[in-house]
Amino acid sequence: MKGNEAIAEAAIQAGCRHYFGYPITPQTEIAAYMAKRMPKIGGTFLQAESEIAAINMVYGVSSAGKRVMTSSSSPGISLKSEGLSYLAGSDLPALVVNAQRGGPGLGGIQPSQSDYFQATRGGGHGDYHMIVLAPSSVQEMADLTIKGFELADQYRMTAMVLADGTIGQMMEPVSFDFEIKEQIAKPWATTGTKMARKHNVVNSLYLNPEQLEKTNFERYERYEVIKQNETLCEEYLCDDADIIIAAFGIAARVSKNAVNEARANGIKAGLIRPITLWPFPEKVFAKHAEHAKQIISVELSMGQMIEDVRLATSCKVPVTLCCRVGGMIPTPDQVYNAIVEANEKGGK
Amino acid sequence: MTKEYLFAGFGGQGLLFSGKVLAYKGLIENKNVSWLPSYGPEMRGGTANCSVILSDDPVGAPIVLTPDVLVAMNNPSLDKYENAVRSGGVILVDSSLIERKVNRDDVSVYYVPATKLASDEGAPTLANMILMGKLLTVLGDYNEETVNKALEKCISARHADMKELNRKMMEIGKNYTE
Amino acid sequence: MIVFDRPKSLIDVPFHYCPGCTHGIVHRLVAEAIDELGIEGKTVGIAPVGCSVMAYDYFNCDMIEAAHGRAPAVATGVKRSDPDNLIVFTYQGDGDLASIGTAETVHAAARNENITVIFINNAIYGMTGGQMAPTSLPGQVTQTSPYGRDVNLCGYPVKICEMLSELEGPEYLERVTVNSVKNVYNAKRAIKKAFQNQIDGKGFSLIEVISSCPTNWGMTPKEALKWIDDKMIPYYPLGVYKDRSAGILGGAQKEAK
Repeated sequence: MKGNEAIAEAAIQAGCRHYFGYPITPQTEIAAYMAKRMPKIGGTFLQAESEIAAINMVYGVSSAGKRVMTSSSSPGISLKSEGLSYLAGSDLPALVVNAQRGGPGLGGIQPSQSDYFQATRGGGHGDYHMIVLAPSSVQEMADLTIKGFELADQYRMTAMVLADGTIGQMMEPVSFDFEIKEQIAKPWATTGTKMARKHNVVNSLYLNPEQLEKTNFERYERYEVIKQNETLCEEYLCDDADIIIAAFGIAARVSKNAVNEARANGIKAGLIRPITLWPFPEKVFAKHAEHAKQIISVELSMGQMIEDVRLATSCKVPVTLCCRVGGMIPTPDQVYNAIVEANEKGGK
Repeated sequence: MTKEYLFAGFGGQGLLFSGKVLAYKGLIENKNVSWLPSYGPEMRGGTANCSVILSDDPVGAPIVLTPDVLVAMNNPSLDKYENAVRSGGVILVDSSLIERKVNRDDVSVYYVPATKLASDEGAPTLANMILMGKLLTVLGDYNEETVNKALEKCISARHADMKELNRKMMEIGKNYTE
Repeated sequence: MIVFDRPKSLIDVPFHYCPGCTHGIVHRLVAEAIDELGIEGKTVGIAPVGCSVMAYDYFNCDMIEAAHGRAPAVATGVKRSDPDNLIVFTYQGDGDLASIGTAETVHAAARNENITVIFINNAIYGMTGGQMAPTSLPGQVTQTSPYGRDVNLCGYPVKICEMLSELEGPEYLERVTVNSVKNVYNAKRAIKKAFQNQIDGKGFSLIEVISSCPTNWGMTPKEALKWIDDKMIPYYPLGVYKDRSAGILGGAQKEAK
């Protein structure tokens, strides 16, 4: 199954019955899958007139308390960013998928990770975050989609699956043997008062600054809980590593090959693969900064995650960048050479 | 053991499908597999290739840069990937479409006029499956049972009649000798 | 005994609207329609950005505040979340519906989305202090057209009912006003019908209400109501632009018939 299809099927299994989207390469398989499946299971697939309309349809369904998603690729996510901000301001859960492609502007249609800043910093205007999940296999496309819905509901915020064109297009075996948790109640939803309760209002407007400040403080208290409880990452051969690669998504898969090759050649290399990009696995990086000589951030961007790596390690260890951009992907050899170079002359 | 395959040619030649059959066959044989297409803006024509990896271990990077096996179905693909093939690897050439010979002497090369053979059978678009039959044969990997199951997986019920034809083409490839 | 009272669907708080503004009247008409149809418990309203941005403080039903112009998309989502049990309306001004949200408006209409749209056209941006609207009249003086709207510079007003009537999608389009008792009664009839259509599953119903903005027009409330008669209605003729069930079709569809 293709990565994009795995996302769509997982969403359906998670109980999502509403999908709104607008065609854009390389994620259109998600919309196509939903268009086929939703009518057969009593769900709604609607091709919106624009990405802006799609995210606002998401806003509507989410207000009414149902699981809902949209998906797009980089230029489309920029258009949706308005809606992402409103979802955050109204504390609404939603799942948004970004199968990143190279930018800026129209850029290209080949894979990229250059929306890291946009995703981890929120995307739209205002103080807010999204939970950002970074799958590196087709199986994780499914797993993290389901997890995304659960976290979104639990914390009343948007969860973004930050994928890329490669993982979206590739096929790997995937198991859908999930235990789907029961969805939590949403007493705040606008489902009609049925004349049995006071009216619910879904809103992000607070003209009183004291009140607005209070909502921001409360939101950030919630974010602290998320940082404590929901940070995920994979540590691969890190415990004795001199050279540590930081990489997520497709870059992590390439890097794993390089780490294995380095180990085969007697270099103590390891890999930290953040699975949640927000919250960022700061503690894991801080821990390994104590013994590593150098960290290499391998990215399909001009160096975005590298800033979080430096913050997390308080600059205790040199952090360098190894990247390809514009739709190009680093090769295992490129990463391996960077490891060798760092091992020979780099380090603290 | 890990084997990396690269299928390369024009869009519309069924290379992505070949890769899919191979990946499903691997899956049925309990291997770890990945299948990754190149994707471009064109729906027909243009270059198309796909990377398939079959391995006993979890698959790392899914992009095949140094294939053990190259199946080339047009000149630009052979030009581009010929030198990337690992020493001791295999190159399969559709000799109806590629006139030149492979310049390497450290790889096994097989020339199959697949497009002509397929056209003779009235199915010019199934040259890919003739190459697939030949490929699995030279690799000593032609397992009737898993091949059939893989075809079953890859051909939708709507095109069930195509299954037999695909299988027949693979047979032709299997039995072809230069 | 007949008692003139506040509709149940309106919360008992003072409106923030300016003296002489017709938003209050239209809010009341919407609330009366909801009361009379007995649908308050299943109604979800979508407020826009503009003067009526805080409509959620006035209506007793569940309310959602949408981003500027996006109310029809939000309404689409809400309606489709539970199409059999929810009644969904948007309440939007001219900047919201006919400028920044034109795409959402047109496509919700084209899909014949089963929702009710209340469109307040007062030919000006009220909340931000009187700028030119997509519906400002040629020559109309506003803060951003201080020498009068120059059609050579900024084009002509958008006539929403006429434009949407060319689409096959929408069920019902009517333009009304509320500048006299008679017109208020007529507006009430139209608004109620727009909700009834949704209950009957007929689809997209939009009521354009020609409204006044004495503050930003720089007039007394009474002058403003007269200006509606003198200037607005000649440019925006009242009437039914489409009523599919009654066989009233718009523009090209009428000629084709």
